[in-house]
Amino acid sequence: MSQGEYVAAAYGVVFIALLVYVAIIAAKLARLERETAELAELARTRCGDV
Amino acid sequence: MTNSVPALAALAAALVGVAIAFAFFVAPEDADQGISQRIFYFHVPIALTAYACFGWGAYKGLLLLWRKDERNDLESYVAIHQGTIFGSLTLLTGSIWAKASWGHWWLWSENQLVLFLVLFLFYSAYFMLRFSIEEGPRRANISAVYALFGVVLIPVSFLAIRLAENIIHPTVFTRDGPQMTGVMFLTFCIAWLAMSVLAYALYRLELLGKRLDSNLRELRELLT
Repeated sequence: MSQGEYVAAAYGVVFIALLVYVAIIAAKLARLERETAELAELARTRCGDV
Repeated sequence: MTNSVPALAALAAALVGVAIAFAFFVAPEDADQGISQRIFYFHVPIALTAYACFGWGAYKGLLLLWRKDERNDLESYVAIHQGTIFGSLTLLTGSIWAKASWGHWWLWSENQLVLFLVLFLFYSAYFMLRFSIEEGPRRANISAVYALFGVVLIPVSFLAIRLAENIIHPTVFTRDGPQMTGVMFLTFCIAWLAMSVLAYALYRLELLGKRLDSNLRELRELLT
């Protein structure tokens, strides 16, 4: 590998790690959104029962 | 707190962009190491950010033990989590730089490298300890004490490079000041600021997610 390729690899590792982190946070946000919708539905059902 | 996260993320992205532009287009090429020296502009700020995250986690642990405020437990955990992410990036970028400069991915004879690895493994074990204990005040207290013990390793790891006699790891910051040109030092400072803001944005984002998760769990328990 040339010196330039090592530099690209080092910066690439940081970039990929950031992308993975953002993907994990996005997946978590999607789950939280789903759970919020479920809870809102549950709350609406409860209000309808009363 | 919620509203500042997008602004922080935008600032971090802009600063990282400026840091990359300075590292590749403004800073001069190092006469000794050539182009591989440009790894320094991200490797060292990432390492310093990892130290700061571990230190912040320990400080939050101290606050938990002192004030008994449960919020500090989550903040300490998230800071240490950020520290391990930046720590693993330090080890990866450092290994690539070592291979480019010294011809080796890793040298066990280098105190700086080994001590950073010890610090990283110590805080990696924090998660094993934390998740082996049931959630509650006992887990929070034990985690805080562990986080505080680890903080002792930070100055040892940082100073190892200066105390070691037989080293090949470069020492850039000496008693005579930074051993680089003004533009190189400016590039380093911008990259350090970029990494600090990025780490803080990620810290706030993760904290936001964890708190939202906890509130939703509480709401679910109330509704079911």
